[in-house]
Amino acid sequence: MPRALILALLLCCATARAETIMVSNEKDNTITVLDGGTLKLVRTVKVGERPRGIVLSRDGRHLYVCVGDSDRIDVVDTTTWRVVRHLPSGSDPERAALHPDGRRLFVANEDDNMVTVVDVDRGLVLQEIPVGVEPEGLGLSPDGRYVVNTSETTSMAHVIEVDSGKIVANVLVGARPRFALWEPDGKRFWVSSEIGGTLTLIGADDWRALGEVRFSIPGVPAEAVQPVGMVLSGDGTKLFVALGPANRVAVVDVASRQVERMLLVGQRVWNLALSTDGTRVFTTNGVSNDLSMIDIQAMRVLRSVPVGQAPWGVVVKP
Amino acid sequence: MAIPLARRAVLAATLLPLAAAAQAAPLPIGYLSLRPPRPVASTLIEPPPADEGVQGARLGLADNATTGRFTGQSFTLGERRAEEPEAALEALRALLATGIRLVVADLPAELLLQAAAEPGAVLLNIAAPDDALRNADCRRNILHVLPSRAMLADALAQYLAVKRWRNIFLAVGPAPGDLLYAEAVRRAARKFGLRIVLDKPWTHEPGAQRTDTGHMSIAAEAARFTQGAPAYDILVVADEGGTWGDSLAWRTTDPRPVAGTQGLTPTIWSPVHEQWGATQLQRRFRAQAGRPMTPLDQAAWLALRAVGEGAVRAGTTDPARIVAFLRSPAFELAGFKGARLSFRDWDGQLRQPVLLAAPRALVAVSPQPGFQHRFSELDTLGTDRPETQCRAP
Repeated sequence: MPRALILALLLCCATARAETIMVSNEKDNTITVLDGGTLKLVRTVKVGERPRGIVLSRDGRHLYVCVGDSDRIDVVDTTTWRVVRHLPSGSDPERAALHPDGRRLFVANEDDNMVTVVDVDRGLVLQEIPVGVEPEGLGLSPDGRYVVNTSETTSMAHVIEVDSGKIVANVLVGARPRFALWEPDGKRFWVSSEIGGTLTLIGADDWRALGEVRFSIPGVPAEAVQPVGMVLSGDGTKLFVALGPANRVAVVDVASRQVERMLLVGQRVWNLALSTDGTRVFTTNGVSNDLSMIDIQAMRVLRSVPVGQAPWGVVVKP
Repeated sequence: MAIPLARRAVLAATLLPLAAAAQAAPLPIGYLSLRPPRPVASTLIEPPPADEGVQGARLGLADNATTGRFTGQSFTLGERRAEEPEAALEALRALLATGIRLVVADLPAELLLQAAAEPGAVLLNIAAPDDALRNADCRRNILHVLPSRAMLADALAQYLAVKRWRNIFLAVGPAPGDLLYAEAVRRAARKFGLRIVLDKPWTHEPGAQRTDTGHMSIAAEAARFTQGAPAYDILVVADEGGTWGDSLAWRTTDPRPVAGTQGLTPTIWSPVHEQWGATQLQRRFRAQAGRPMTPLDQAAWLALRAVGEGAVRAGTTDPARIVAFLRSPAFELAGFKGARLSFRDWDGQLRQPVLLAAPRALVAVSPQPGFQHRFSELDTLGTDRPETQCRAP
């Protein structure tokens, strides 16, 4: 076969589903790298201890990994798949979110009640913002003006103005809030409460709770319904919510706030990511040690593949 | 299902913006413990910490303070410790005289009831597991943070039922608490279809077990004690003081596991627990106290957190309004055991999962899957509403 043809074939198939899925494995200190099309294992990258939150750089060339027990951020090069740098993070980083400027990384320090702002270019801590007990969730508004942090034991969403680093509102939500997610127009954001078993929708004009979503699943104890990770469909009309030990992902219609479906995935589903083309949702299942793939059009779970031990975060790189 | 504006949302809305909340007067909380000099422990490896319990309360206070920064609320802890019952009651009166109403009580049952008779006191019980306090002897002004003996026994019995280890050899110590623990095990066995094939008092005086060759005499005693028993699956020991229960494992005539107050233990908390974010609490506690969190520390932490959560959610530092909120269905507390905790309205008991812990491993968490309840699976543990003999609340 002529070399040009081989190259063309490679290019064609590479572009069809070129995306790469990365999963942090909390209990074996690795990142699992999967091919987004085939879900085949590409490689396993060793990182620091207890990797949880993971975030891609704007250009996709680096993956920032919160390695909580190593008290730092590991920077993984997504072409060589090596840890190329460490960033300071403050103590016990759990989750991080990157500002739209691509430079300021907001890190939740779970064991010392802080949000640390890190300059990823210079490798410096810019600021430490005191928040509630066990901060975790971090949601940046689309315009980059606000970052919402949830603190688990304080049960609040803290709205932080990015430029001043000041907290402008503290909104009480259900017990043990884990995740904050803005809608694309930047007018409202959602907070999931793991022990409360609820979602709270909060408006950005006055930081008031606009409503709540609750879940009930026949045959599943109410205590097992524990919302954690969330992702919006590409068009922003459907909200996917990981329900933890209920082993299901709920599909919520954003306009009506009705729970439309429950999709059975793996055990203890933690976090979610949307595929680049917006057609699929990937889930990390912390107890069954696998990743499930949901087809949004069909509203079905297509398949699950094994990853590392206690998979936690997931991101998709185009 | 969507709820346009649930109660919590309304609460949240009325509190906003919290950043602007005015600083209210601090809410003082009392901490009262009776710590009599202890009997000799059965082991050197875990000498009972002198600050057991109060360290949990201090951590709860710190957690409340962090949250209180955002609500304009603050809390103080008035710690009192007594070695004699009468001194404990005097200390309580002194606390009440300073205006304190909410008192975390590390007191045995009888003294707890005397304390509850002091006008103005609302007690958060962290040390008395007595079922009578949740039934005939219940009081309107006591909330029970630690699980009752019935809850512990039910948690173990559910697990034995799941394992089909249905035949129990029950070994009962001489202390009053041992007799009550054994009674809870008997009731749990009836409730969950287990059989107690032998119910036998342990009478051997354990004093010499730590002297030279003491292990030989205790081994002979344990072998004699378990010889000739009818076929059984598990030996359940009732030794709340921890003086002899550890002497039976590995020394029984038939090779059988040990559970109860030693061995596989139903408990509110264990240093081995790391699920549902418990790692964070364990680390925070170790950093503060320099030792692992014990069950009493956990109960004290929960008591402080319940008051803090009540104050934040009800938007008040008025003790009466906080207590009313704690008893209401709107109250929920995250306790690192994967379920929201709340107080039972029929006896003031905190409903909660119970851990089944081995010394170095978490074995199970009850309620076991499959034990169903029309209101909450957590109410399969302990005295349920239809059975309660509590008439006070």
